[in-house]
Amino acid sequence: MDRLDRLEAQSVYILREAYAAASPLAALWSIGKDSNVVLWLARKAFFGRVPFPVVQLDTGMELDEVYAYRDQYTKAWDLDLIVIDCPPESDMDPDLPPMTRAAARKSAGLAQLLKNDTYKGIIVGIRRDEEATRAKERVFSPRALSGAWEFRDQPPEFWDQFTTDTPEGAHLRIHPLLHWTEIDIWRYSQREKIPINPLYFSQGGKRYRSLGEKNITAPIDSDAANIDEIIAELETTRSPERAGRLMDNEAEDSFERLRTSGYM
Amino acid sequence: MPNKTESPMNEMRVGTTAGDLMRVVIVGHVDHGKSTLVGRMFHDTGQLPDGKLEAIQEMCRRRGMPFEWAFLMDSLKAERDQGVTIDTSQIWFRHNARQYVIIDAPGHREFIRNMVTGASNADAALLMIDADQGVRRQSRHHSYLLQLLGVREVAVAVNKMDLVDYDEARFREIETEYKSYLKGIGVEARRVIPISAREGDNVASASDRMTWYDGPSVIETLAEFELPESSEHRPLRLPLQDVYKFDDRRILAGRIESGSLKTGDELLFSPSNRTARIASIESWNTPGTPNTATAGQSVGITLDEQIFVERGEVASHVTDAPIESDVFHLRLFWLADTPLEIGKTYGLKIGPRHVKATVERIVRVIDVDALSDHDATQVARDEIAEVVLRTNQLVAIDNHDNLPRTGRVIIYDRHRTLAGGIVSMGSYPDQRAQITIRASNLTEVDHGVDNARRAARNRHQPSILWFTGLSGAGKSTLAMALERRLFDEGYQVYVLDGDNVRTGLNANLGFSPEDRAENIRRVGEVAALLADAGLIVITAFISPYRADRDRAREAGGDAFREIYIKADVETCESRDPKGLYKRARAGEITDFTGISAPYEEPANPELVIDTSNGDVDSCVDELVAYVKANFAVNAR
Repeated sequence: MDRLDRLEAQSVYILREAYAAASPLAALWSIGKDSNVVLWLARKAFFGRVPFPVVQLDTGMELDEVYAYRDQYTKAWDLDLIVIDCPPESDMDPDLPPMTRAAARKSAGLAQLLKNDTYKGIIVGIRRDEEATRAKERVFSPRALSGAWEFRDQPPEFWDQFTTDTPEGAHLRIHPLLHWTEIDIWRYSQREKIPINPLYFSQGGKRYRSLGEKNITAPIDSDAANIDEIIAELETTRSPERAGRLMDNEAEDSFERLRTSGYM
Repeated sequence: MPNKTESPMNEMRVGTTAGDLMRVVIVGHVDHGKSTLVGRMFHDTGQLPDGKLEAIQEMCRRRGMPFEWAFLMDSLKAERDQGVTIDTSQIWFRHNARQYVIIDAPGHREFIRNMVTGASNADAALLMIDADQGVRRQSRHHSYLLQLLGVREVAVAVNKMDLVDYDEARFREIETEYKSYLKGIGVEARRVIPISAREGDNVASASDRMTWYDGPSVIETLAEFELPESSEHRPLRLPLQDVYKFDDRRILAGRIESGSLKTGDELLFSPSNRTARIASIESWNTPGTPNTATAGQSVGITLDEQIFVERGEVASHVTDAPIESDVFHLRLFWLADTPLEIGKTYGLKIGPRHVKATVERIVRVIDVDALSDHDATQVARDEIAEVVLRTNQLVAIDNHDNLPRTGRVIIYDRHRTLAGGIVSMGSYPDQRAQITIRASNLTEVDHGVDNARRAARNRHQPSILWFTGLSGAGKSTLAMALERRLFDEGYQVYVLDGDNVRTGLNANLGFSPEDRAENIRRVGEVAALLADAGLIVITAFISPYRADRDRAREAGGDAFREIYIKADVETCESRDPKGLYKRARAGEITDFTGISAPYEEPANPELVIDTSNGDVDSCVDELVAYVKANFAVNAR
């Protein structure tokens, strides 16, 4: 087994635990490179199908190519897609910095989903290497009904024994990619021939390293026009993956505040 | 014999190749500089992301404090405000073509559960000790936990050498003390390195302030760590996570924890004890159809027969199968605020299988500072203890020394993990042999004489009087006296006695836990045959295990009566008719019931005969009266 085999086996194990122990289950699909890999891994785990609904928290602000990818592969992969229209920015906490407030719409959309349907497990494709508060996450992370993350009191998690039971009304965030890195995602996408959104490839000296809504995400300077070139770029870069995600660094703890109140 | 091992897997190592991922946890007492070391390593090897240094400077400036390396890992505002690591974190680090995951673990005793969470993911550990403060409680506690968690690669960094003027004598003092402690718990440190994380001495490069030290730096030591060997050559264990029926295939899914399998292999499922062959190995989007799979892989298989198996069963090969038992020893670390108590029932998870387990005994609580044991009636938060657990159904399990991944369990209540622990059977037997019926195609035939006719002629019903109790409690004495009295009164009666049976029927059995269990099984079956023949059967065996007696009851049916011949150990030891207690105390007999092996008192015996006052006649009177009242035909 090589490194990608090991990563895949661990993620498949996590997804099968989620399916067996945290039902009803749904996966969030932001239609970016990471959640595409999550769906691919689900098809590995469940022999070609995704046996639970896939949810897009839609702000209406995604790039056109993102919507096109969604429509094409919802059909091709036979997905049970649920699109949630996120509440408007005017409903968000006015104390948040502006970009953070825009991002908070997705937490509000997720809260709405959980209010309408009682999901016990929500699969999210976050990784520890993306961002420092995500590095402190559990694979199975219990949340209150509000979606709040009690980061001061996370349960112990070891030997792949996950918290699968939650109090009435609470849910679990399940993170099958937590142990992957950005380069792992690209190497795996390449090996498995997962379709790649063209926004990730350089056009006119710019590419998106991380896809977010167009009002709060910026492309980076890059000439990487295929996966090999992206991997080569990542092996030498010292700039962080989410540098183009403008809400992360508005204040010292802006992303932490987003996450503790339910952001992915 | 199942689970025979030539050498424990943890001692076997293989070299590493470029591109390996090595996961290293940094542990130790609070404030001994763990997070600082991580920050320093990143800086000194030029791997801080752009803007990170400036961000940390800004966070420190805002708090009016000097530059703090720990802020790289302490990503929560609460952690930075309080200057303490609350939860474990991970960060990726590359050096000389090898990639590392550095796991920072909190050192505060309040956050042991988070330290365990972090350390359980590690292949190797760096233990940090403050040169000024020396070896402290969490220095010891953490190293003990590493041992239980199965982290075998360990190095020690004696930090803050700048605070002790880079003094070699102080370093040697700590090195000697800590090495001797680690030796006491079976850990050998690969290196002990004097460093100053704050100043960068011996972190990424040699220190010119400690020229008396010529060993490797921290970074060089990371490169020496070796990955644990794959368990693919160990016995097969495939715990089932699920059974899928998405289409016309019925796919059994799970991860191979050890060993390997191939199409056509006969699999044994435990604890249901069913067997079937692998018809296919299923996969999606792989090149070709696989026909083998090995440890670490998440697989799906189909079987040639549609046997009923479900989540929680463990597939193995027919030889080298897991142990089946409902009682075992567990060495555990208790993480919950509410203490563990004797008699309490908890949830137990063994891989994907959930059962209920009751704490039968607390064997000892281990003082991690003094490495001494003491008796206790409960186990408090953060304590390490050895307990005996009894499960509500048979489970498939392994001795942790043989197969670590299937020899460890967690204890939980509804929402929360309370403890983790590693399994050893001690003197408890593998019960698989007791429940396995090997022959098939059997048809029982009816006898020419039925039970009612036998009872009418004998003028009594058949019966099995199963005497259980400690050696010296009086089982044989009472059995023989009762046999004589009942015979004189016209009963068809016979005694099965321990030593007598072992010279014939059970002459091929020794005293291993499995042989002892088999000894009792055969006695139970013979007693059932004799009772079927119409006799009153009296058995006189210590039969210390409840599971064995329950099986004898099952074999004997309605005729079975459990009679507890009761006397405390002190009384029995003072009688010592065969001189066995003396030999057990001298260590000549191991696993002697009541001294070095447990006696499980009957939970609901039909009769208790207290022999502590030593009056044989009155005890026999009581037994005779019981037999007359229950089994004489005119009494019915």
